[in-house]
Amino acid sequence: MKPTDTSNPEYFHKVVDCQWACPAHTDVPEYIRLIAQGRFSDAYSENRKSNVFPGILGRVCDRPCEPACRRGRIEDRPVAICRLKRVAADHRGDVTASLPKAPQQTNGKRVALIGAGCASLTVANDLAPLGYEVTIFEALEKTGGLMRTNIPQFRLPPNVLDEEIGYILDMGVDLKMNHRIDSMKDLLDDGFDAVFVGTGAPRGKNLEVPGRYDSENIHIGIDWLESVAFEHIEKIGEKVLIIGVGNTAMDCCRTSLRIGAKDVKVMARKPRGFFKASDWELEDAEEENVEIIVNHSPKEFVLDDGKLIGMTFELMEYNVDEQGGIDRGTVTGEVTIPCDDVILAIGQDNAFPWIERDIGIEFDKWECPVVDEETMMCSRDGIFFGGDSAFGPKNIIWAVAHGHEAAISIHKHCHGESLKDRLPDGVNLASQKMGMHEWSYSNDYDPAARRLMPHVDLKERFKKLDIEVELGFTAEQAIQEVERCLNCDIQTVFAAKLCIECDACIDICPVNCLTIAENGDEADLRTRLSAPAENREQALYVSEDLPQTSRVMVKDEDLCVHCGLCAERCPTGAWDMQKSTVLLPYASDEAAGEQQDAAAPAA
Amino acid sequence: MTYIAKPKVSHPGMPRNSLGLTAREYEGAVSTLCAGCGHDSVTAAIIQAVFELNIEPHMLAKMSGIGCSSKTPAYFASQSHGFNSVHGRMPSVTTGANAANRKLTYIGVSGDGDSLSIGAGQFVHAIRRNLNMCYIIENNGVYGLTKGQFSASADIGTKPKKGLPNQQEPIDPVSSAIALGATYIARSFSGDKDQLVPLIQGALLHDGFALVDVISPCVTFNDHEGSTKSYAHTRKFYHHVVEADYVPPAEAIKAQYDEGSAMPIELHDGSKIVLRKIESEYDPTSRAKAFKYLRERFNAGEITTGLLYVDDSRKEMHDLMGNIETPLSEYPLEKLQPGNAELKKILLRYR
Repeated sequence: MKPTDTSNPEYFHKVVDCQWACPAHTDVPEYIRLIAQGRFSDAYSENRKSNVFPGILGRVCDRPCEPACRRGRIEDRPVAICRLKRVAADHRGDVTASLPKAPQQTNGKRVALIGAGCASLTVANDLAPLGYEVTIFEALEKTGGLMRTNIPQFRLPPNVLDEEIGYILDMGVDLKMNHRIDSMKDLLDDGFDAVFVGTGAPRGKNLEVPGRYDSENIHIGIDWLESVAFEHIEKIGEKVLIIGVGNTAMDCCRTSLRIGAKDVKVMARKPRGFFKASDWELEDAEEENVEIIVNHSPKEFVLDDGKLIGMTFELMEYNVDEQGGIDRGTVTGEVTIPCDDVILAIGQDNAFPWIERDIGIEFDKWECPVVDEETMMCSRDGIFFGGDSAFGPKNIIWAVAHGHEAAISIHKHCHGESLKDRLPDGVNLASQKMGMHEWSYSNDYDPAARRLMPHVDLKERFKKLDIEVELGFTAEQAIQEVERCLNCDIQTVFAAKLCIECDACIDICPVNCLTIAENGDEADLRTRLSAPAENREQALYVSEDLPQTSRVMVKDEDLCVHCGLCAERCPTGAWDMQKSTVLLPYASDEAAGEQQDAAAPAA
Repeated sequence: MTYIAKPKVSHPGMPRNSLGLTAREYEGAVSTLCAGCGHDSVTAAIIQAVFELNIEPHMLAKMSGIGCSSKTPAYFASQSHGFNSVHGRMPSVTTGANAANRKLTYIGVSGDGDSLSIGAGQFVHAIRRNLNMCYIIENNGVYGLTKGQFSASADIGTKPKKGLPNQQEPIDPVSSAIALGATYIARSFSGDKDQLVPLIQGALLHDGFALVDVISPCVTFNDHEGSTKSYAHTRKFYHHVVEADYVPPAEAIKAQYDEGSAMPIELHDGSKIVLRKIESEYDPTSRAKAFKYLRERFNAGEITTGLLYVDDSRKEMHDLMGNIETPLSEYPLEKLQPGNAELKKILLRYR
């Protein structure tokens, strides 16, 4: 193998699994360390830089960081990253000083954002401080988009939404509520310099089976959740069936229990392990005695005299192959389950009936706009998409990531620059050695198990719709949980020319991730390491040839606990623990770069 | 020296031996030797060797004297027996322990000072008795604990960090042991575990006195240019003549060896050490030829390594003396202690 190029910002970024997995690349280890130091406001600001909504995401993020967490590969359970984010939000002091501010003078550029959800709000957050005149058009009477309409209040209290959305709107964003955009053409006629579409994936999938339109008691999940959120629906029957087993289904079943349902069943077509819902959302629903019934495929609604009395399902049997793939299944029988209401939660689609098809915006065969994944621009100049409206339903943190990229593009578009000519990512490395046996971070591996989130008592929580179930970590829990973080951003950095091949690092490494070996290609090297290196997703860090024997130092990044003992035991300082800071450019960085260029004398 | 303990976390894919233990479970306290000390690598090699040999920790005894080397038994097999004795007296204490219980596996860790100066007489007589033990010398040519004065194994002309080069003839433990009639003699290097681990395994299983002289650089006082016991010097003049592979019992010899050059030696538990000559003219079964070769190469400035001499025909101490197999601790008290009446009878014989 060739020596690893650690100057490529991607290399060390990938070692920080959580940050790499996060679409917005939140610097997780950094904010966890700030929490450990009791610097909650700083931890909040560190979060806000990349993910804009720490309080919201600390409760309801889809947390791609947690399955990626290295801790989950070393023992069973990852660091409770998401809930630590909430700790930062819950305990923060006054963060006003660190919030972005709009300048006195605008720059005269007008940007329209359609939909007041997380994607548009992120764009506003990035552009308002640069002097843009930002207008948000929202069809409903409240901001927040699906964060408010689809996520129940017992998971995400409205005051949390209001506060974090307020930080953005307070920068002088022009918010037009109850203002549905019915025609893109008309909007374009208003002469905005750029338009951003952040309208989500607003159409819940339907289930076309017999009886679907014969009862009022059959609901579409996301519409039903929105009606509950706006108090248009205040009760539901005692027996409720939820069709589908994604995260929306979990919100539907738990909401039902709070407005009158006594017996809620979630009907899954496939067996466990093939559910779309996140494990933790399943756990929370099952804690509330929601029954999840597997291998039931909906066949028809059963009505008696116009009243919904049940639903018939086909009983399914599946074959799962060795790779974990599942076949289409065979029907082995039928069963009818009585119910008063059925909620369909089987997915969402994008819908753009309000965008004319003859204005240069290209749509694909699924009626989705064709959007560039880097610039977020569609086929018509100056029109950008983000969030679920860009590439179909994802989640909040993806929408935030899209918003940041779109903001850069809008800024470049408004200044007549090439959208593709973006600032590259960078990386800073700084040694963390403080002295003899002293490192700037807590490098002692703490074997503590993941802390469990305390919940409101099972009886108490159903009394009202807006009782937040999760109480947040106590101070003691937070103190213990932060110590579980392995500080994966404190990198092991190797200088081959200093190595005397004494093996001290190899002997001390608790997880056997180091080897000195003859070089070879990757497949071959992986078979000759100190411990099995079977996780090919994780890189091998290969050094230059070592001075004495021309062998190479190989580190399997997979299970390194970043304890720093290799550096501690190295007699020559060939190993050092260096903090990598990934530098991700935002719209403000692009703007700052231009100012520098303008100030510099012509060459 | 490290204050930070090695955390208890380990690789989930760590292999387990036939006792269900991982190599981590043969570790000891965290080393307080200098970072980069060769002795820590020898420790790691011992851990690997006893782990692979499936030695039950309570059946292993770690013996040592005084010196940096003699600290190392604290850093492996913390569940095993240990005796840290007076300077240079490890061979006598081991003789006593072995006399009382021959069922334990004895590993003595000593240094060039402990074995070749203050303990030279003890070392010599342990060989003469053919005491059944693995005797490791962590050989770095200096007294590390007392700030790096030359030891008896320092080569002529080797330079200290400060002061004048050594002028005295070095004592070479390997050629001494050949002369004295030791039955398993190896030399290795702390920086080459591929070679060292099987040599230690062979030494642990050998019936009789097994010497492993390990060049183990002192990173603080003897790893500079001009030193003949530095990492760089050892690597440069390292000459591997006989490779040894350990083959566990009931396992067929799998590795490919050139015709004529492979020589399997059966050990008492059915396992084998397969010797493979890298240097075709070298004969590890002839004392005279081995001695001649070693002295010639030594004079040429080379460090000859590998399994250098082996003789599995000579009896170890207990067999020479016709002792019982049973450890004294398991032997019935009435037989160990014949009692007053029996003692009087014996005494009567001398009246």
